[in-house]
Amino acid sequence: MKILATYNIKGGVGKTATAVNIGYLAVRDGYRVLLWDLDPQGAASFLFRIKPRVKGGGKALIRGRRALDDAIKGTDFDGLDLLPADFTYRNLDLVLDAAKQPAKRLASLLAPLRAEYDIVVLDCPPSISLLSESVLHAADLLLVPLIPTTLSVRTLDQLTEFVAGFNGHQPDILAFFSMLDRRKKLHADIVRDLPAQRQDVATAAIPALSVIEQMSVRRAPVTAFAPRTAAARQYRELWREARERARLKAPPGQAGTA
Amino acid sequence: MAPGQREFVLADATGAGSDVLRALTATGHDSLAWANGGAVRSRRCTWLDTFDWRLYRAGLTLEQVVSGSQAELVLTGRDGAVVATERLPGGRKPSWPSLAAELPAGPVQAALEPVTGLRALIPVARATSKVAELQALNSDAKTIARLAVDRVAVTFPARTSLPARLTLIPVRGYQAQADKVGRAIGDLPGVSADRDSVLEAALAAAGGRPGEVPGKASGIHLTPGMPAARALSQILIALLDAMEANLPGTLRDIDTEFLHDLRVAVRWTRSALKLCGDALPRGLARQYAAEFRWLGDLTTPTRDFDVFLLGYPAMAASLVGAEPDELIPFRDHLTRSRAVAYRRLTAGLRSARFARLRTNWRAALTDTRSVRRPTVAQLADAKIAAAHRKALHGGSRITPASPPESLHDLRKRCKELRYLVEMFGSLHDPAQRWQAVRELKALQDCLGEYQDADVQRAEIRAFAAQMMAERAAPAETLLAMGEIAASLAEAMAAARAQFDSRFADFAGPASRRRMAALARTDPS
Repeated sequence: MKILATYNIKGGVGKTATAVNIGYLAVRDGYRVLLWDLDPQGAASFLFRIKPRVKGGGKALIRGRRALDDAIKGTDFDGLDLLPADFTYRNLDLVLDAAKQPAKRLASLLAPLRAEYDIVVLDCPPSISLLSESVLHAADLLLVPLIPTTLSVRTLDQLTEFVAGFNGHQPDILAFFSMLDRRKKLHADIVRDLPAQRQDVATAAIPALSVIEQMSVRRAPVTAFAPRTAAARQYRELWREARERARLKAPPGQAGTA
Repeated sequence: MAPGQREFVLADATGAGSDVLRALTATGHDSLAWANGGAVRSRRCTWLDTFDWRLYRAGLTLEQVVSGSQAELVLTGRDGAVVATERLPGGRKPSWPSLAAELPAGPVQAALEPVTGLRALIPVARATSKVAELQALNSDAKTIARLAVDRVAVTFPARTSLPARLTLIPVRGYQAQADKVGRAIGDLPGVSADRDSVLEAALAAAGGRPGEVPGKASGIHLTPGMPAARALSQILIALLDAMEANLPGTLRDIDTEFLHDLRVAVRWTRSALKLCGDALPRGLARQYAAEFRWLGDLTTPTRDFDVFLLGYPAMAASLVGAEPDELIPFRDHLTRSRAVAYRRLTAGLRSARFARLRTNWRAALTDTRSVRRPTVAQLADAKIAAAHRKALHGGSRITPASPPESLHDLRKRCKELRYLVEMFGSLHDPAQRWQAVRELKALQDCLGEYQDADVQRAEIRAFAAQMMAERAAPAETLLAMGEIAASLAEAMAAARAQFDSRFADFAGPASRRRMAALARTDPS
């Protein structure tokens, strides 16, 4: 089981859209996928028409009083399950703080799901906190959406440096441009130059298109309801790069390796 | 089967059931709506099992599913849970019949091989299936369950359309809501929650059911007071059924067990004629004994080669002085000789003589009403007691100096006793019978090992001479064959060394008492 996480300290940069589309594309390729909506705003849950509610709240999950397994809901896409958001997730930092080895808590909670899923996608809230630290420790690959600005690149450097300081397991990082507007010169320049200069930046770049905003109206991944759009193409390219970077094995029942 | 899955079948035998589906979709209300789940999926399914239903008896179902250009093998357990699946590369389907060992290596083959053993997998039913999907949606338009509507047309063993089959699969986390939908479906008129598997329904359409193997003589139910001639007729007809059931598989050379089972039926028939023929209408046993002897002899050479070839891998692996590859010319010789013997066998099995034998024998057995005495219990008691006496007598005369033939004769007597016990098995309590034959079986195994090793050793010498004459054997092959012959001699000596203690157990007072009890059938 590989754990992918969409992470950025900033909000509104396309983390949820990425998590949802990556989850859908992975399922379409034959993987069994769990998406955990860790954001108390519950955007991913909303997109899949699932009520953002977990019995006992985040505390019960983190303390292990309620198995993750019990709280999982199936989405409308066969093979793609969701662990819904809950408003109490806003207090997860406090709950984690009281737990033993808080930074490793998410990894140990997810371990029993290894036989059931090939991929877990963690959709993180925008913050730098104990929860995000626990996500960084659990993940095999961080998918980091960047708005093509100089400041965003600086944030990526800070994240890379932070992760490099971990003892033992360190997640791989794959940043990608999001909300790209090619009419802006700065966007176009950064998107052209940076992937060539840095190995941790994907060539896929998600454009700022209204069809992505339509996801909240259609309540489905853009790759599912508008697969021929430029946005869907870029998500597929991002998934291809992520799959390669995470060294995912071929899905069950398919020969060879990806 | 998915957790919480519920299955229904429409009572509408035409298979369309559109009225019921209309009624079903009309069950929508504020908190439940139905949506079409996309294009209808077509599949072609072939169910496979061995001739003697080894998978079914082990609680397994093997299905080859072809959908578009995709093909896969799916092995499920008794509860419908998937045990293993194997996607067939490039949609390439195995050509059936096929031994499990010949299937693509993988989890399905690994699960099948220990169960099917020497038996080939053959298609037992075929059907095409068109699956439409409906989605049950809650007030958020979220799918809470999927309803698969499967319309199955059976194409083999008989052509028929099955009533539409509904499968309600709850989406994870929505079990309670899906249960409500399930109850609503179950309450609709024309919907039943009771259903056979498609395989059972397909076989039922042809008047069969899984697990049925024709011609089990030991499975015939006899009552002690019935006339022996009638009981024998029933047994002999079942044996003839077994011969005929195994004939097509033998003629198509599907696997070695068809011929083996055909030979077993012939051997039982010959023993029944020899040992109990006097209870049949006068002259019948004598008239047919020669014909069944001809049939037995016809099948022997091919079976002998089968035994050699089946044992070949172990034989080659057991070589110590020689290399396994040095034995390959011997295997090639066996394969060529088997092909010649098999041609003779099939010519005989297709002959007018064999057809006549089957027709006349069945006709002769259907009219045995004239013979009222003895009863089957009287016959069984007398014959089991006599065969037991003969086996005890034969065994007690064997000394260290006795020639192999005397042990071979004793093996025949033991076989006859065993056949009688099995043939009249339904007159006795199964546990009592099992106890009684325990020591007999141990003695038979010992005698069997001794004689088989003796016969094979003699045959290897004959093969070696023949291969020399045909210049088909390099020196190293002959040396390897010599090593095999030597190990067979060792096996003979080992079996011979066990004989005294095995016979002492068989001839001991406890064993005698148990066997004697079988020869005193309760007349009620």
